Amino acid sequence: MLQIKNLYVSIDNKPVLNGVDLTIKPGEIHALMGPNGSGKSTLSNVIMGHPKYTVTDGDILFNGESILKLPSHKRALMGLFLAFQYPKEISGITLEEFLLSAYRAHQKILRPGKPPILVFRFKKMLKEMMNKFKMDEKFAGRYLNQGFSGGEKKKSEVLQMALLKPKLAILDEMDSGLDVDALKIVSNEVNELHKSNNQMGVLIVTHYHHILKHIYPDFVHVLKKGKIVKSGGKEFAYDVCKTGYENIS
Amino acid sequence: MTNDQLKQSKPIFQDLNRSTFDYKNKSDYIKQFKKGLTKELVEYISKDKNEPDWILAHRLRAFDYFNSLSLPTWGPDLSNLDLNEICYFAKATDKKGGFKSWEDVPSDIKDTFDRLGIPQAERAVLAGVGAQYESEGIYHSLEKGLSDQGVIFCDLDDAVHKYSDLVKKYFMKCVPPNGHKFAALHSAVWSGGTFLYIPKGIKLNKPLQSYFRMNAENMGQFEHTLIIVEDGAEGHYIEGCSSPKYGTQALHAGCVEIFVGKGAKFRYSSVENWSKDTYNLNTKRAIVEDDASIEWVSGNMGSGVTMLYPASVLKGDRSCSSHLGIAFANEGQIQDTGAKVTHLGKDTSSRIVMKSLSKGGGASSYRGLIYVADCADNAISQTECDALILDPISVSDTIPDIKVDNPTATVNHEARVGRLNKEDIFYLESRGIPREEAEAMIVNGFINPIVKELPLEYAVEMNRLIEMEMEGSVG
Repeated sequence: MLQIKNLYVSIDNKPVLNGVDLTIKPGEIHALMGPNGSGKSTLSNVIMGHPKYTVTDGDILFNGESILKLPSHKRALMGLFLAFQYPKEISGITLEEFLLSAYRAHQKILRPGKPPILVFRFKKMLKEMMNKFKMDEKFAGRYLNQGFSGGEKKKSEVLQMALLKPKLAILDEMDSGLDVDALKIVSNEVNELHKSNNQMGVLIVTHYHHILKHIYPDFVHVLKKGKIVKSGGKEFAYDVCKTGYENIS
Repeated sequence: MTNDQLKQSKPIFQDLNRSTFDYKNKSDYIKQFKKGLTKELVEYISKDKNEPDWILAHRLRAFDYFNSLSLPTWGPDLSNLDLNEICYFAKATDKKGGFKSWEDVPSDIKDTFDRLGIPQAERAVLAGVGAQYESEGIYHSLEKGLSDQGVIFCDLDDAVHKYSDLVKKYFMKCVPPNGHKFAALHSAVWSGGTFLYIPKGIKLNKPLQSYFRMNAENMGQFEHTLIIVEDGAEGHYIEGCSSPKYGTQALHAGCVEIFVGKGAKFRYSSVENWSKDTYNLNTKRAIVEDDASIEWVSGNMGSGVTMLYPASVLKGDRSCSSHLGIAFANEGQIQDTGAKVTHLGKDTSSRIVMKSLSKGGGASSYRGLIYVADCADNAISQTECDALILDPISVSDTIPDIKVDNPTATVNHEARVGRLNKEDIFYLESRGIPREEAEAMIVNGFINPIVKELPLEYAVEMNRLIEMEMEGSVG
């Protein structure tokens, strides 16, 4: 589903990724681990099309098609989703309005020619979903991530993911800013989503193994200095945390 | 309204677009009227309206002030404005006081207001409507229930004859004709406008609206709005305006005077959309008595050069004012807008919230003056200015002036300038929202605190106008 081929990326002419290869098949859960500054977040952002980065070589294919030239919103509409490490706080736009626009944009692709979902239907659906997520309904009317706690922000990211039903979800440092309980709740939600759609691919980007106690990856990769230096199965994550990144090469 | 109608009904101003505003009716009538400003013209206007002597004397005095005053030495450059190229007075019809029914309004003029959604808004949400075309009012209406209670809503030209005592008592007592060059110009050549009188204790539960339309090339419009809100009364009045673009100069120098009696509450909203070759040099002021309040809600989207600073004179004890405004400066536009508050009474309070946007090289400035007089104990004043600059070639400026002569005052000014944040846009885009829509969402979010103060229909109109400005790329 996702194929990253020999990917070189730089930011302000400074190389960050130096030949990354990674393939994710439908239903697989991959964890990308690495120390701070190894290029993990760069990779997630480049997949999503962040304008700050320049791809200098290599390719990213999604369902066989190169997506490098596509704007971010088109990538999203193809089924890519990035749960941000630091979700933006945007004043004046409520979570509900934002999600309605995003949902309608997705529906336009999935059901071309059909009229957009009515506002009250959408509100009902969102409300049910929030109840399921044990999220206070009031959040729907609040400005996007504004005044949300760290945990609430991450919950809102996963809520968005549940609503937009991506084919591949990238979770960038999902565990940063979360306490143990909040991490557990958020992880459970991701597991639920994966269970209900077992074709969904997941890429967990993390520098710490905590989240991997809750979401079990099929594959674990270690990224260092912009290159994947070692890959392995689930148990590899424990080796990494035991030995530390320094001893992996 | 039946369910079917509800389903079908679209917000009134949803379909406004550039061509709605740019549509030009024929203007052969303009040939009868000369360009340029002379004493003879001032006398002609007065004679044409059959005005009482005191108005003519007032006009002539103002004409002298106009000649002796110089252009403002601060603010946008007005040296390109050629006052000899403006037509100061023109009538498209010859119906004094306007028509009482839209059916009687000449069809091209009626069609203009239809496209602008005015008769529809009148039916749906308003208690009364005034419509002015060029220099004179062409239509006026007021719900019968209100006129029975003594509310007066008519053309000011009309009021000069019908309610001369009231007009004489209040006319230009709030804005003096020698206040500045364009107040003097206005006083000399004013024509049309609104007269609104709300008697003691009467509360209007629906807004009233006047719409001012310029049609011919090089027009000047100088409508005068005189509003008297008696003690304990309440009301909301909305002004809208627009004109087609010719690529040559036009001038608008209107004047709004509002007298808010003891314990009264009044809200004045305006959605300004003059063509981008118009100089909009407007004067608006309210005098607020004990325990009374004035609220100004303004959206300035049009005009090439705008100078507009609604003023509140908080004369009464415990009086308060609120100024909420949006200004959008696009390519070639200078929006020099702001607010002026004079605290005179005790325990007075004022609040100013301005949001400005600049795009395509446009320049948007907030200019404010807060004055707390020595007699104004315990005054509180709070100003918040937010500027959003949409591309690297546009500019924004904040020029606050604060003068406090009383040590018990609390005066606060906050200003923030931001640019459209690429990370914010990326966040929205990453959920499938195209970039232009994402930008528009951020802009709408930015102005939302002001827009939500307007009645729903006018909030739709304001959003639509902003959308029109956002069309085309943001750099």
